[in-house]
Amino acid sequence: MSVGVQDGSGVRLALLTLVSAVVLVFAIGVATAIGDYTIGLGNVFLAIGNGLGLTGAELPPIEESVVWDLRLSRALVAALAGAGLALCGAILQALLRNPLAEPFVLGISAGASTGGVCVIVLGLGAGSLSLSAGAFAGAFAAFGLVALLSNGATSGPNHTILAGVAASQLFNALTSYIVTTSGNAEQARNVMFWLLGSFGGVRWPDFHLLLVVVPMGLAICIYLARALDAFTFGDEDAAALGVPVARIRLALFAVTAVMTATIVSMVGAIGFVGLVVPHAARYVVGPMHMRLLPACAAIGALFMVVADIVSRVIVAQQTIPIGVVTALVGVPFFAIILYRARPQT
Amino acid sequence: MSIVAENLSWGVRRRTIVSDVSLSVAPGETLGLIGPNGSGKSSLLRLLAGLKRPASGRVEINGEDIAAVPRKTLSRQVAFVQQSAATDTNVSVSDVVRLGRTPHRSALAGWSEGDEAAVRDALERVGMTSRRKQAWQTLSGGERQRVHIARALAQAPQVMFLDEPTNHLDIHHQIEILRMVRDLDLTSVIALHDLNLAAMYCDRIVVLHGGRIHACGSPAEVLTPRLLKDVFRVFAHVEATADAARPHIRFSAD
Repeated sequence: MSVGVQDGSGVRLALLTLVSAVVLVFAIGVATAIGDYTIGLGNVFLAIGNGLGLTGAELPPIEESVVWDLRLSRALVAALAGAGLALCGAILQALLRNPLAEPFVLGISAGASTGGVCVIVLGLGAGSLSLSAGAFAGAFAAFGLVALLSNGATSGPNHTILAGVAASQLFNALTSYIVTTSGNAEQARNVMFWLLGSFGGVRWPDFHLLLVVVPMGLAICIYLARALDAFTFGDEDAAALGVPVARIRLALFAVTAVMTATIVSMVGAIGFVGLVVPHAARYVVGPMHMRLLPACAAIGALFMVVADIVSRVIVAQQTIPIGVVTALVGVPFFAIILYRARPQT
Repeated sequence: MSIVAENLSWGVRRRTIVSDVSLSVAPGETLGLIGPNGSGKSSLLRLLAGLKRPASGRVEINGEDIAAVPRKTLSRQVAFVQQSAATDTNVSVSDVVRLGRTPHRSALAGWSEGDEAAVRDALERVGMTSRRKQAWQTLSGGERQRVHIARALAQAPQVMFLDEPTNHLDIHHQIEILRMVRDLDLTSVIALHDLNLAAMYCDRIVVLHGGRIHACGSPAEVLTPRLLKDVFRVFAHVEATADAARPHIRFSAD
């Protein structure tokens, strides 16, 4: 398919894909094995095989139950959420031509948090479904506000970033206001925990939803990868290369908003993945989106699964909020990338 | 390909920037667009290239109204080189030139022999073949501009618009870029600041003043002491050179 691409890069890419797939499966296995009740890695894969009807091994029922009812869905949701957030980061960084862009900076996560808090604290609606619905509505309110403030999809990238910062501040302030005025201590603690992200409550329906949203987002983004490349030198340059700029921007902003809203409404606002993973991926496969986007999805998935493992084992008998882990692991990693990626002049 | 503009007007809010401009460019011609800062050169260039929509008037390229041509189809015929377009992305020279193939590729199509040939030719024509793997960020200003022109060439256009392509370059690179553009087998329109360079490399010159065409013709017809005083507010001697159509301007120091 690709003629004259630099020597051996096809082989390298295939190898990279294979290695990341194997590592990801292994990481999901480990994530499923580890916990209060530790299961051997072999048994984990046998239990998964049994469930899929591929193997017929005899296993203690408790182990099969822990794998299938609790941990596997959690690990798979972590993988898809990581892939989705990383993808959103890559798209926003390309569209806004700003290395700091990610769902957080645009206020989408803040909006989702406010929506979620409205449900938890103010008790709008009841049950976990409406928590997701509230977060989803909040994310779209933030998206709408940013679109309104940045005057449609046609204004400059910095304008959009500024609008996003304003929206973040507004929604974070609203969240704090709601929590401090009407929350009791117990509620406030729950909210804090949810805001920093947690995979604790996720089950199979969450996975099924993400299995639709994230791969579909990835497919749309890959379909538009060429157009994203054309944004390298700015909007006008993209237009001169035949890209319908306004339409593509709107479509991609909408895709990132849907993905972010879905993920945040499920597992809370997990920061840093959208920021750090695209930079790491660029370091490995270069800046062109046809390769960058799948690489972001793979690295994002791996990063999140590993972060989830770390969050559960770092303090005995206790789970650290995943957002704390992604930041603590991500920042030094990010520093290394920044240091090594500086231009050699 | 010929370019014809009829009664183009464009403005921002109440301010008119381009006002009732009509001009035509013959196939293969190099047209220079000169005028003081704020005279509407860049805006006119963008209107001609279809990057801005005129408030009134129309542009025809090869007899077709560009407002009726889809963006992508237009980009296969028309290339636009911005003045010093920059990026923070860590791309290589060949990555940048490959972007020029965007209008020729469908969303998921692979990289074809034809694409590769176009990129190879474009790099060859600007003399950057040996630098194709070099990182964009490590190039000098003149090299970056050459790569931008290579990218425009990879689009395989018949018309090229250049917005002050020699900005920030030393005199050697200015001459090199303009000679390269003149020798291309294309219809080109170049916005320029340097009047002597415009006289040396353009077949015809259009002088913009306050968004209107003040004069249009060969360099010798247009670049008169009177026009330089009226439009550019400078005193100058215009001297004949070996080529009667291409005078040399000597600005007065006082």
